[in-house]
This record gives sequence, structure tokens and C-alpha cells, in this order.
Amino acid sequence: MLSLYLPGTSPVHRAPAGLKLGVLAGLGIALFAVSRLEVVAGAFVLVLGAGVLGARLPRRALTSQLRPVWIWLVALFGFHLLVTGPLDGAVAVLRLLALVVAAAVVTATTRVTALVAVIERLASPLRIVGVRPARIGLVIAMTLRFIPLVADRAARIREAQAARGAERIRPFMVVPLLVQVLRMATTVGEALDARGADDAPSSRPRRAAAVRSGAPA
Amino acid sequence: MRWGRRSEDVAPASAATLPRTAIELRDVAHSYGDRSVLADVSVTLTERRVGVIGGNGSGKSTFARLLNGLVVPSEGSVMVDGLDTRTRGREVRRRVGFVFQDPDAQIVHPTVEEDLAFGPHNQGLPTGEIAQRVEEMLERYGLAGHRDHPAHLLSGGQKQLLAIAGVLVMHPRRIVFDEPTTLLDLANTRRVCRVIDGLEQDVVVVTHHLDLLDGFDRVLVFEDGRVVADGSPGETVPWYEARMG
Ligand SMILES: Nc1ncnc2c1ncn2[C@@H]1O[C@H](COP(=O)(O)OP(=O)(O)OP(=O)(O)O)[C@@H](O)[C@H]1O
Ligand SMILES: [Mg+2]
Repeated sequence: MLSLYLPGTSPVHRAPAGLKLGVLAGLGIALFAVSRLEVVAGAFVLVLGAGVLGARLPRRALTSQLRPVWIWLVALFGFHLLVTGPLDGAVAVLRLLALVVAAAVVTATTRVTALVAVIERLASPLRIVGVRPARIGLVIAMTLRFIPLVADRAARIREAQAARGAERIRPFMVVPLLVQVLRMATTVGEALDARGADDAPSSRPRRAAAVRSGAPA
Repeated sequence: MRWGRRSEDVAPASAATLPRTAIELRDVAHSYGDRSVLADVSVTLTERRVGVIGGNGSGKSTFARLLNGLVVPSEGSVMVDGLDTRTRGREVRRRVGFVFQDPDAQIVHPTVEEDLAFGPHNQGLPTGEIAQRVEEMLERYGLAGHRDHPAHLLSGGQKQLLAIAGVLVMHPRRIVFDEPTTLLDLANTRRVCRVIDGLEQDVVVVTHHLDLLDGFDRVLVFEDGRVVADGSPGETVPWYEARMG
């Protein structure tokens, strides 16, 4: 989820992030409002077409997103077989498939910065109550940046403890992780200072590549 | 130089030679709470390449942080080109960049290119200028192929280069490095050394890698929060080595 962007120049890549997010949200609502198999199946085919033909994504980009959910899809279908019937089951499964693939297409064709920019724009009314939308964007970007890092450190601490014979995870084991994270947070704060985060103009960051490629920012 | 140079690592000299910087510390003392970590420090740094060495806890990092106002002194004053770090912190930080030991702590955006654009954006530069500077950095540090990569997946050496590029892209006049090579393997240590070597900016380098200081103009030796030696690397490094046993 954190590193799904696959650079490209397809029309889907170049479509504004706001539009893509809007379509994704609309699709989600529509799919749950309509329960007819042909509509849901049509949506799935359309979304798949948008990903494979429209965005020219490698099949891997889509299938890798399905791997974590297929068990649930099978279970869902099984549940419907027992409770309602195969038709409802197919609708429910196709609906989720369509959404997962649609989300995969959006994340694979849209940079995090572009998505963050949309969120910043949506958050801009909050300016009235003193919130700085650029700050929200920075927080999201930093969250995406630091999640894998903290996960890494946690894994390393876990290994170190396992190496010393700790087989089970016990609550106190999070202490070294907390210490590391807090220490790092101090440095991150200094680094933000050193790189002028305080001087940030209130407008949102413009991404360099958008200018380079002439793509809409 | 003991570190072999390779041309691709060495920054091309820019058209305009950067103006030199002067950092003046006057009677500086610093304590964290009631714990005194620096005392009686009065030095003026005008040299292009200044090294800082000393044992663990001797106050080097605190000294380094004073130079761009990340830390303001409890006593005395630090002036960067006449700007007091106590009152003109932002302007000072525009002149003096800072590279930390752990690149992971200073890369704040998920991908390489986005992270490079962070500083220039904060400086309020126009979009085209940001794009051009980012491009230049990607090329210069061999990161162009990693433009959209998650910073998380870079090697340790690449991360440190990204961290350095993220500071250089802001065009500071002097850069303070706090142990930039401590977490790196030998090859990457050499690479980063060559990069520092090739910089047109003035630098201050805090390090435990004494080899790095070959060719430096001045080296300060810290002990218990005081400057105990100050001179050319030829004078100070052997003295320090003898003293550390
Ligand atoms: N934020 C802080 N709060 C309290 N004490 C601190 C803080 N930062 C550093 N110190 C203490 O100040 C003293 C000097 O630390 P400093 O980091 O400047 O040393 P150093 O020479 O950089 O050491 P090293 O070689 O280990 O990096 C140490 O005893 C340290 O524990
Ligand atoms: Mg230190």
C-alpha cells in the first residue's frame, strides 16, 4: 500500500488525482447501491480494462493487490452460497473485486503527493479554524514515509530479542521500540527545522515532476 | 587526499563562486537542564573545511547544532555572517545546512524526488526552479533512476546521499555534517567523503573517521565540552590519537 505507484504516461496516469479519487468514491457508492449482476460484472470488466488497457499496468500490479483479499472473497462467496445463493454471492464478490482493482489502479497511477494534495485541498476550508492544510499534507506524507521504517525497526528489535532466547512477544518488549522511535522523533523534528519546514509557504507543495512532464499538478 | 577521487562524484564547480561564511562563537556555554555540556567555547570559523573530533559525549553534536541555531546557547552568542542564531534562526538555517548521522531521520517524504523538493518548497522557490534543482541533484548523486522509489528501499549509502542532496538542493553556503559516515560501510564512506570533498560549500564535519580530515583546513578537538586543541589536521589528529591511547 505504501509503494504502489508505477510511473507512466498513460491517460489514466495523467488524469487529475482529484478526478480519480472522485470516480473511485462514486464507484464505491454506486456498486453498493445497485445489486444487479450485469451491472456489477460490467463495472468489474470496465475497471479491469481501465487498469490493463487504459493505464497499461502490468498484471502483477493488480494481482498483488488481490492476494491479501482472495481468502475473504472465497469465504464471502461460501457464506452467500449457504445463506442466500450463488447469484448474490457472485454480486458480492464481483463488487469487492471491482473496488479492489479500482483502488489498485488509482494508487498505481497516482503519486502519493498528488493524492495528498487532493486531501489538502479538501481540508482547505479548515483554514478558517486555524488549521494549515499544508501541515495535514506533511503529516500524511510523513506517516507514509515512517510506517515501513518503524515496522523495520520493530522487526529488528524482535530479532534481537529472539536471538537472546525470547520466544514469545511480551508487552515490555515494545519499550526499546518506543525509545528508538522517540529518539528518532527528536532528530526528525530537528531535521524539519533544518530544512525550513517552519518557513513553509501556506500554498501546497508543487511536485517537481509535474512541471517537468507538463502533467497537471 | 587518502580517499581516491572519482570524477562522477565530484560536484561540478558552479559558475558563481559561493561567498564564504563566517561563524563566530563568543564565550559560548551550553547546558541541558542543569547539566553543562559545553563551556568557554570561543572560535571563529572562516575556513572552508573544518573538522570536529573528540570522544563520545564530549559535546561535538551540541557544538554542531549551535552552528545553525538548532540549539541556541545557554550563554554567549553564535553569529553567522553577523546574524545572531538566537534571533535570526530562520535566516541562519537558510545559510547553514545540516546533515545528520542517521539519514532515516531526515528523509521525511515517501519517495526520493518528493523528498528532494521538500526544502526548496519550504524556501518558497518557484515551481520551475524547484524542478530544475531537484533534477540536478538526482543526476549528480546518481539517484535519477530512483526518482519514484520509496526512500525506504534505498541502500544505506543511497539514503545518506539523498539526505545530503536534500540539503544541497537548498543551496546553503555552509553545511554542517554530524557523523555522516558512521552508519556506512567502507565503500559508501568513501563515496560520501568524495562528495564532501567535491562540495563548493564551506563545511564543518563532525566525525570519528579521522582519515576524512586529510586536507582539511582546521580541526577542533573537543574534550568534556571544551576545545582542547585547534589547528591543522597534521597537528591535531596525531595529538588526539596519542591522547586517546
Ligand atoms: N537533548 C539532550 N538533553 C540532555 N542531554 C543531552 C542532550 N543531548 C546531548 N546531551 C548530553 O550532552 C553531552 C554531550 O552530547 P553530544 O551529543 O554533544 O556529544 P558528542 O560529542 O556528539 O558525542 P557522540 O560522539 O557520542 O555523538 C552528553 O553527555 C549527552 O548525554
Ligand atoms: Mg554526536
